Amino acid sequence: MAYTNELRTRLTQTLEELSAAGLSKDERYIRSAQGVEIEVEYPLGSAPRRVLNFCANNYLGLASHPRVVEAARRGLDERGYGMSSVRFICGTQDSHNELEQRLAEFLGMPEAILFASCFDANAAFFEVFFGREDVIISDRLIHASLIDGIRLCEAQRDTYKNSDTAHLEKKLQMWKDKARSICVVTDGVFSMDGMIAPLDRIAELCEQYGALLVVDDSHATGFIGRTGRGTHEHHNVMDRVDVITTTLGKALGGASGGLVAGPPEIVSLLRNRGRPYLFSNAVPPAVIYGALEVMEMLTEGTALRDTLEANAAHFRRRMEAAGFTLVQGESPIVPVMFGDARLAADMARSMLDEGIYVIGFSHPVVPMGKARIRVQLSASHTTEQIDHCVEAFIRCGEKHGVIKKDVGAGS
Amino acid sequence: MSGELREKIIQFIHDEYVDDGTEVDDNTPLISSGLVDSFSMVSLKLYLEQEFEIEIDDDEASTEEFETVSRIQSLVSRKLQERH
Ligand SMILES: Cc1ncc(COP(=O)(O)O)c(C=O)c1O
Repeated sequence: MAYTNELRTRLTQTLEELSAAGLSKDERYIRSAQGVEIEVEYPLGSAPRRVLNFCANNYLGLASHPRVVEAARRGLDERGYGMSSVRFICGTQDSHNELEQRLAEFLGMPEAILFASCFDANAAFFEVFFGREDVIISDRLIHASLIDGIRLCEAQRDTYKNSDTAHLEKKLQMWKDKARSICVVTDGVFSMDGMIAPLDRIAELCEQYGALLVVDDSHATGFIGRTGRGTHEHHNVMDRVDVITTTLGKALGGASGGLVAGPPEIVSLLRNRGRPYLFSNAVPPAVIYGALEVMEMLTEGTALRDTLEANAAHFRRRMEAAGFTLVQGESPIVPVMFGDARLAADMARSMLDEGIYVIGFSHPVVPMGKARIRVQLSASHTTEQIDHCVEAFIRCGEKHGVIKKDVGAGS
Repeated sequence: MSGELREKIIQFIHDEYVDDGTEVDDNTPLISSGLVDSFSMVSLKLYLEQEFEIEIDDDEASTEEFETVSRIQSLVSRKLQERH
């Protein structure tokens, strides 16, 4: 072996640069199950503290829901711990197939195929269907996993400004006679600002120019739209999106797993050619059983997503009344804007002292000068907990001079 | 000609990439600043090829050559000269 001095020095230097720029990612240990109330050990080595969690993707509060945990336990008992195989050798149980069908049905798509994660789903997709003769036109703010997926294929690439459909149309016009097929890619809900993509207009443009429409709905599946089907339901284009990729790792229980849902040929070809599908282990039985229970709960009614929607609206209303600047929107992702990176980080630290767990985001995750705290609501938050969070924001905001005293805390 | 060339390039970059009022001049870093990412560079290359009737090979369309308006301008000028 030869872990050379040259390499070691280079890595040390990179780590030091990250640290100096304040970009090191230090992890906080959670000493409890995931949920709205968690125990955090921070700084490391200190006694765990109970805090309210406002930064998980646990939108429907199912990460530790008794029904989901119980179902997962049943999965363990009935089908064991692991599969020790990729799907096509001996890694497919009937329940894998059942879950794929339930997910496709829920999304209103013909078929679905499961991956170990949505990152894998996005990494698998493009390479299978597109080559040099094709072009992929993507929104400039799509998720890193889509970017990597597009990089893995040889298609030509172009982009349009975030959710700017006039710019997208310009691109479609430009490429329409220059490519065998055109694929348009967007997130349904953008994770850093919670904005919902204008999928109605995008779908229309894709039809007009004959482009395949691929939507990553990871931050929407289960709660956006009247019955929580996602962004396509929200914009009333349920039957006008060709392909949806999404995750089981957020609203749908938050364990792990991702999928591609779409036409039968697309799904079948992914089973035959998708590299992360062919060369990575099958999702374990406990996760499959848990996810099946989640699907059961979501088809019983819309109570969870309704509560989430009300929680987000309540939080937005109170924060605005208190004088904070939010990115407007309808999703449970609510960015509270501070601009300055250090201010956002200081605010997040003060919030933790107040018992509220939130995280500041700054460049390069978000544009320079647009640092923020991204608050994520959950259906499991009570109104009292949300009020507690808002009041902590007000106290910290006054302390750091973000808002003036006595602006009033709203309703 | 070179003044006009410069204006056209700057105008295109404004229309295509800027959405927050950032000013772009000869030496504004385009790629390293993230204003133009590797996927978006393609539209810049296509624009230059169409607008100035030149051909830029893929290995010439490097992040270094596209880093500033001034570098792009030299690339285009060189191509125009080669054509004559
Ligand atoms: C838009 C989007 N796509 C894909 C992923 C990846 O999902 P997974 O955690 O299942 O790999 C994420 C999660 O961070 C995401 O936000």
